[in-house]
Amino acid sequence: MSAHDELHAHGDDHGHDDDLGIHATFSGYMTGFALSVVLTVIPFWLVMGHVITKSSTAAVIILALAAVQIVVHMIYFLHMNAKSEGGWNMLALVFTIVLVVITLSGSIWIMYHLNSNMMPSMMDPSNLP
Amino acid sequence: MSDISATLPADGPKQPLVFLDTAEHHPVNGTLLGFWVYLMSDCLIFACLFAAYGVLGREYAGGPTAQEVLELPAVAVNTTLLLLSSITYGFAVLAMQKNQRNPMLVWLVITGLLGAGFITLELREFAHLISIGAGPQRSAFLSSFFTLVGTHGLHVTCGLIWLVVLITQVLKKGLITANKRRILCLSMFWHFLDVVWVGVFSFVYLMGVLP
Repeated sequence: MSAHDELHAHGDDHGHDDDLGIHATFSGYMTGFALSVVLTVIPFWLVMGHVITKSSTAAVIILALAAVQIVVHMIYFLHMNAKSEGGWNMLALVFTIVLVVITLSGSIWIMYHLNSNMMPSMMDPSNLP
Repeated sequence: MSDISATLPADGPKQPLVFLDTAEHHPVNGTLLGFWVYLMSDCLIFACLFAAYGVLGREYAGGPTAQEVLELPAVAVNTTLLLLSSITYGFAVLAMQKNQRNPMLVWLVITGLLGAGFITLELREFAHLISIGAGPQRSAFLSSFFTLVGTHGLHVTCGLIWLVVLITQVLKKGLITANKRRILCLSMFWHFLDVVWVGVFSFVYLMGVLP
C-alpha cells in the first residue's frame, strides 16, 4: 500500500506528464448517454410497437437513427474531434468510413443485382451440383 | 531554451533560437493514435461481416426466419447493459482524471459485471438457437448472423479479460502514467464495441424482424 501511495504522489507531482490528450467531462458523458438512450428507445419502440407498418420506411428510420447514434458515441464517448492527435484520428476515421461505405454499399448493391439477374434455370434446385 | 542560449558564445547568432515543434498540442507518445488505427482496422472486419449479413441475411434456405428466431426483448436488455457499461466506464475515466484510484476501480468492476451480463445473455441466446436447430449450419442467414454477432461477442469477451488484467495492474502499481494510458486504450475499445453494437441491433435485429 505504501508503494502505491508513493507512486500516487509521484503521479500528482508530474501531473502534466499524465496529459494523454483526452479531457473527458461528466456533462459530456451524460449528454452522450441521454442522447444514446433516446436514439435507442425510438427504434425499439418503432419495431416492437409495430408503429410503422411499411418495412422500407421503418428500415430507413432505423438506419438513420443508428447513424446519428454512432456520431453521438464518436463525439461524446470516443472524444473525437478534428484536433485530437493533430488531426490524424480524424483522417484515419474518414478513410475508414470511405472504405466501410464502399464495402457495404458495393457488396449489397452488386449481390442484389446478381440475385435478381440470376437465370431461372440456375434457380432450379435440380440443376445444382 | 534559455539554458541553451546561455551556453552559446557571446558572438553567436543575434536572433533567438526557433524550434520547429511549435504545435500547441503534441501527444506524449503515439500509443493512443496507434490504438485508434487498430480500431479502424477492426472496423473494416466488422464492415465485411455486416456486408456478408446484408447479402445473406434473407437467405433462409427453408429454415427459420429472422422474425421467428430473434427475440427483441432480450436484445433490448442486452443493449441496455452495454450502454450502461459504456457510461460506467466513462465514470471510471473521470475518476482516473482526478487520480481517485478506488472509485475508479469500483466503476471498472461495475463495467465488467455489466459486460459479463451482456455476454451471458448472448451465450444463452446462442445456446437456445442451437438447441432449437437454428445453429450456424442451418442456413446462410444463421451462418452470417452467428459470425457477425459472435465476433462482436468475442471482442467483448477480450475486453472483459483486458479489464481484469487492467484492474490487477492498477491494484499492483497504482495509477501510474502507463496504467492511465492503458485505461484510455481500453476506454476506446469499449466505446468502440458499443458503436458496433449500435450497428448490430439496428441492422441485424431490428431490421431483421421487419416483415
